[in-house]
Amino acid sequence: MALIETETAPERIELHAEHHPHLAHHFESMEQQREAGTLGMWWFLLTEIMFFGGMFLAYTVYRHIYFDAFAAGSNVLSIWWGTFNTAVLIASSLTMALAVFHAQMGNSRKVVRFLLFTIILGTIFLRVKYIEYSDKFEEHVFPAGDFRWPIEHEANRPNNVGDMLLMLIGAEPLNSSPQGPEHAFSVKVTTKYAEKGPYYGVGGQVPEEVQDPGFGGHVRMYFWLYFAMTGFHALHMIIGIGLLLMLAWQARKGKFSREYHSYIELTGLYWHFVDIVWIFLFPLLYLVDRHL
Amino acid sequence: MSMTPLTATAGRLTSEGEPLNYLNNGHGLKSWLLTKDHKRIALLYLFSVSFFFIIGGIFALLIRINLLSPEGLFNPDTYNRIFTAHGIIMVFLFLVPAVPAVLGNFLLPIMIGAKDLAFPKINLLSWYCYVVAGIFLTVALIAGGIDTGWTFYTPYSTSYSNSNVLLAGVGIFIAGFSSILTGINFIVTVHTMRAPGMTWFRLPLFIWAHYATALVIMLGTPVLAITLSLMALERVAHVGIFDPAMGGDPVLFQHMFWFYSHPAVYIMVLPAMGVVSELIANLARKNIFGYKFVAMSSLAIAVFGFLVWGHHLFVSTQSIYLGIIFSFLSYAVAIPSAIKVFNWTATLFKGSISYDTPMIYGLGFIGLFLIGGMTGLFVAALGIDVHVTDTYFVIAHFHYVMVGGSLMGFLGGMHLWWGKITGRMYPEYWARAAMVIQFVGFNLTFFPQFILGYLGMPRRYAAYPPEFQVLHVLSTAGATILGLGMLITIIYFIWSLKNGERAPANPWGASGLEWRTSSPPPTENFLETPVVTWEAYEFAPIETMDVLGYPGDPGKPSQPVPAEHGTED
Ligand SMILES: [Cu+2]
Repeated sequence: MALIETETAPERIELHAEHHPHLAHHFESMEQQREAGTLGMWWFLLTEIMFFGGMFLAYTVYRHIYFDAFAAGSNVLSIWWGTFNTAVLIASSLTMALAVFHAQMGNSRKVVRFLLFTIILGTIFLRVKYIEYSDKFEEHVFPAGDFRWPIEHEANRPNNVGDMLLMLIGAEPLNSSPQGPEHAFSVKVTTKYAEKGPYYGVGGQVPEEVQDPGFGGHVRMYFWLYFAMTGFHALHMIIGIGLLLMLAWQARKGKFSREYHSYIELTGLYWHFVDIVWIFLFPLLYLVDRHL
Repeated sequence: MSMTPLTATAGRLTSEGEPLNYLNNGHGLKSWLLTKDHKRIALLYLFSVSFFFIIGGIFALLIRINLLSPEGLFNPDTYNRIFTAHGIIMVFLFLVPAVPAVLGNFLLPIMIGAKDLAFPKINLLSWYCYVVAGIFLTVALIAGGIDTGWTFYTPYSTSYSNSNVLLAGVGIFIAGFSSILTGINFIVTVHTMRAPGMTWFRLPLFIWAHYATALVIMLGTPVLAITLSLMALERVAHVGIFDPAMGGDPVLFQHMFWFYSHPAVYIMVLPAMGVVSELIANLARKNIFGYKFVAMSSLAIAVFGFLVWGHHLFVSTQSIYLGIIFSFLSYAVAIPSAIKVFNWTATLFKGSISYDTPMIYGLGFIGLFLIGGMTGLFVAALGIDVHVTDTYFVIAHFHYVMVGGSLMGFLGGMHLWWGKITGRMYPEYWARAAMVIQFVGFNLTFFPQFILGYLGMPRRYAAYPPEFQVLHVLSTAGATILGLGMLITIIYFIWSLKNGERAPANPWGASGLEWRTSSPPPTENFLETPVVTWEAYEFAPIETMDVLGYPGDPGKPSQPVPAEHGTED
């Protein structure tokens, strides 16, 4: 009767001898439970890609039509902070991977240690983001506030590692960048990118009643995307740090073992995903039309 | 012969001596609100979804009342809020969750022989997301409503609308979480939790359809979430990428919105198609003709569905060349849809057809979906679409697909599995009567709207020229009849909970796994993990079954045998 005998049914490895205390009642085996969790996390990450994808689409469209404004906006971000944060996140991916590795080895003490490292690096990232955001507020390029372009009063930008470390702990940098409009970075940036005419709609004409938001308006759109994209990314970082704190606490109490550590693996997947999003955000937001 | 009856669950008993099942295993509000049992969560969804269906239906009747007279009964501003409420509630709180969250939740694990969905807590969380979303939308309505239409087109929704766009946006965002969580659960469960012997091509077509739906939910809903987030932020902060006054492009919003909202049509109709496969196969007692084609057509619809959103932008300054491609692709979706319809029809050929309620809902689905689908070809054609865009022709078209499709599928499924879910049978006579009333009422409501639209009646207008009145009055009359039919169904369903005949394990003599456990099933669905040795839809001739007994119901052959033996005497 069976026409499709070659099809293999999902395997069930039944381990009646030891029923693991962390095996949920509706699963047959730890293996099945682990597989379900991992698959679920991958699918969740797929939805996350689609979520960020919407913003990447908007970014692509407007970077294409307002390239000069996007380049101008991008050039006033601090490339030092951006690079620093990229390095911090890549390092945090390493410590996360080590935490997962030690979880698989059943090495609880090291799991806790590496989870804490990851948490610290994540926090440093957010601290830098906080500094960058405050600078943008100070420079009046926060798009929902009192937006001004070009920048009149410039915030400090670090240009070496020592300055960055000082600024991280809230101290003044040793060689702060020049102040005042005549030195302002953004003025140079604005003259570099000569203004272009406005653009409306894909293939549409400019309706007469619509007033031209101008070059500054397009830079404002760049900053709007900058804040939306990095903001949603930072939100994911905060959630990730929360999860890691919980795991570190549980790992310290000895909840995880060689057989049961899937939550650490799953959170690891999530953490790497958030890192990868940043790996895309950094060049797209910080490196538009920058050359060495 | 692989028709060997499995265990009819004669398991543990309650303290009152009743067989223990998921309904009497635990009492009190807490045992329901904190349940992790997919069957109880399905019932929670059933209550909440029905509640919002009734609310949405009331708004539909208000629309029809307004259009009784050419001047309109309500003032235009109120009318805007009424049709927006109808649209938002019906789309996001009824059509999207109805079949998957109720029937899918209940049946998916049972049909594949699992004890529950892979993530029971997430399943419960999904219902709470739904409830919170419902609260947000209700508050938005009570606080004065939303006047943008369910499509939230910018820049009206971001810069000009003076209504609760923000609350509604948040509500829909949260409702999106609810569907994503359900989608993840479905996909993972189908991949990892099938019973031994339940191979991919032994899966009921209901499962294939829900799998495809889950794919669409996962890929589409996040895009809606980000679109609405950007819209909401734009509204709050007065910055934006969708407002031309700030250099933004409102057509970008339309692209992003329809990237979700066209596939959302398949979120609404694919699960109903899965239900129809079950209705047809089980009540014609035949394997679905071309099982693999029907299974694959679900996946094809899911994939193609993501490539056609641009047909909503034919008149929105979209490039004409893009329009041609989108038009062509929209036509391409007709192929997998037609495969389904042809194969269901072919299944009926030489089947032993019973005309019990589930089957006539199935037939109703085929008829209405056919009209809905064929008129879809009209609006997918570039030239005709210019004429009928934003008219009642479009309204009629998508109501034939959504009400004629999803609602028929949902109700057909509710009848097929009512005995399984509640342990009681619905009254056959009243059910048939209600179905016929709904069918007549539905056609009377929406067929005149095709004509209205073709004559040029625009959608969303509160008033119209007097020559359209006859057709509008007919439509309102139809809506009243449809409402009456729905009311009958609701009443006898409630009535049957106490007074219906006790449902046997397998009232239809069907072969699926869900019929091989008791009605209602025990909390863990099966007393022991089933081993599947039969193909999907393997039916023995009814005469054989009379002797051997139904699978799942041995010893009690031909209980209320559906078809030939008639119903109420
Ligand atoms: Cu569409």
